[in-house]
Amino acid sequence: MAYSEKLLDYFQNPRCVGEISDADAVAEVSNPVCGDVMKLWVKVEGDRIHDAKFKAQGCSAAIATSSYATEKLIGMKITDARQISKEEIAQALGGLPASKIHCSVLASDAIRKVLKGF
Amino acid sequence: MVPVFTEQFGNASSIHWFGQDAKSLIDDARREVAKLINAETSEIVFVSGGTEADNFAVRGTKRGHIITSKIEHHAVMHTCKDLEKQGYDVTWIGVSADGVVDPDDVRNAIRPETVLISIMHANNEIGTIQPIEEIGKIAAEADVYFHSDGVQSTGKIPVDVKKLGVDLYSISAHKIHGPKGVGALFIKKGTTLKPIMTGGGHERNRRSGTENVPGIVGFGAAARLAREGLSHDMARVQLLRDRLETELKRQVELIHINGENAKRLPNTSNIMVDYAEGEGLVISLDLKGVAVSTGSACSSGSLEPSHVLTAIGKTPDEAHGSLRFSLSSMTSAEDIDYVLNLMPGVVSRLRDLSPYYKRV
Repeated sequence: MAYSEKLLDYFQNPRCVGEISDADAVAEVSNPVCGDVMKLWVKVEGDRIHDAKFKAQGCSAAIATSSYATEKLIGMKITDARQISKEEIAQALGGLPASKIHCSVLASDAIRKVLKGF
Repeated sequence: MVPVFTEQFGNASSIHWFGQDAKSLIDDARREVAKLINAETSEIVFVSGGTEADNFAVRGTKRGHIITSKIEHHAVMHTCKDLEKQGYDVTWIGVSADGVVDPDDVRNAIRPETVLISIMHANNEIGTIQPIEEIGKIAAEADVYFHSDGVQSTGKIPVDVKKLGVDLYSISAHKIHGPKGVGALFIKKGTTLKPIMTGGGHERNRRSGTENVPGIVGFGAAARLAREGLSHDMARVQLLRDRLETELKRQVELIHINGENAKRLPNTSNIMVDYAEGEGLVISLDLKGVAVSTGSACSSGSLEPSHVLTAIGKTPDEAHGSLRFSLSSMTSAEDIDYVLNLMPGVVSRLRDLSPYYKRV
């Protein structure tokens, strides 16, 4: 599979990796079929996401899209963050085949799950 | 091969002189391929590759019950599945945790209506060598045709079709550094096999279609080189492979070698890395110029983990972190050093990203 340079950059130099010890919410999502997993920590201030960090175990696309989405999340309004779609994330990183979007883009589900209580 | 494209481009079926030149080139190649596996020249049928050889063997045998294993190459596996859909009865033999077929399981699966046993010589993913000689004896006693896919083993270990007791044996040129798109099926003298390619009756009515003369010539040359270099090259390759595995186990915690306790090809190493995903490892290594493959579902379009790793009892999670290194006579000690320098960093980088991994 030919990945875009941007995706490979996010895979090799992922942004926002880590954990937030005093996070306001943590969520974990996984793909039961292939086993990829993403864990997302957020700090919320008012109606905005103040900070976000992630960890992931999965293919290069899973890691890159998780990193990209986590980075994008910081500073976003909670209501807007909930609207982020898998396709949008994949598109921003140069696009992915349909099957790969379904299995590797865990971030949109993680975002909705972590923001459930807000 | 080059002169065959540019000067000696005759059709081997033609009786004029340049056709006959091509025919004699094919005859030379056939002798080399036969020699590599200790067959008679008349027992070698050139085909388009390992997949066609496997299809020919399995589909060409008369209708009846087939015995095969759960770790066959897709060329045998999907062909048997297709025949199952057409109403054939197929028994799928399992393997040990180390990836080896038990000959007794084959013996017990034989029925009066069994027509074919198809068990690969060496597995393409984990390299385990199957007890072909024992199964050959069982097949002969039961008077059942025995096919073995030797695509992976030929050129890596000595192959003697007479000693193995096979009736049909598939080989592929590109697996022995020959050109892609050409292979051969060994058909033991006296074996009745229905052609799957019908037409002008080439290859003594066994495989129609104008011969791929350049491919066959390249195959012949590769077969000669493989035979001449086999014992020397593969002894060296095995030392390199063993060093790769020993050092990886020493330098990287939580890795496992598949088929470690079985007899294996000297060039194959299939390892599982806990807390890292195979496709991510492949891409990381690829970016540094190292080409490896994985049995992880994430690398396959079907999202299914490798059927071989599943057959040796690995869960999808375990198969998730599998990597296959394939060495060859062209692999150098420096190549192994390079990989050994790279792997600990690549693995620990991915593990540091994992929410499950805790550094010990």
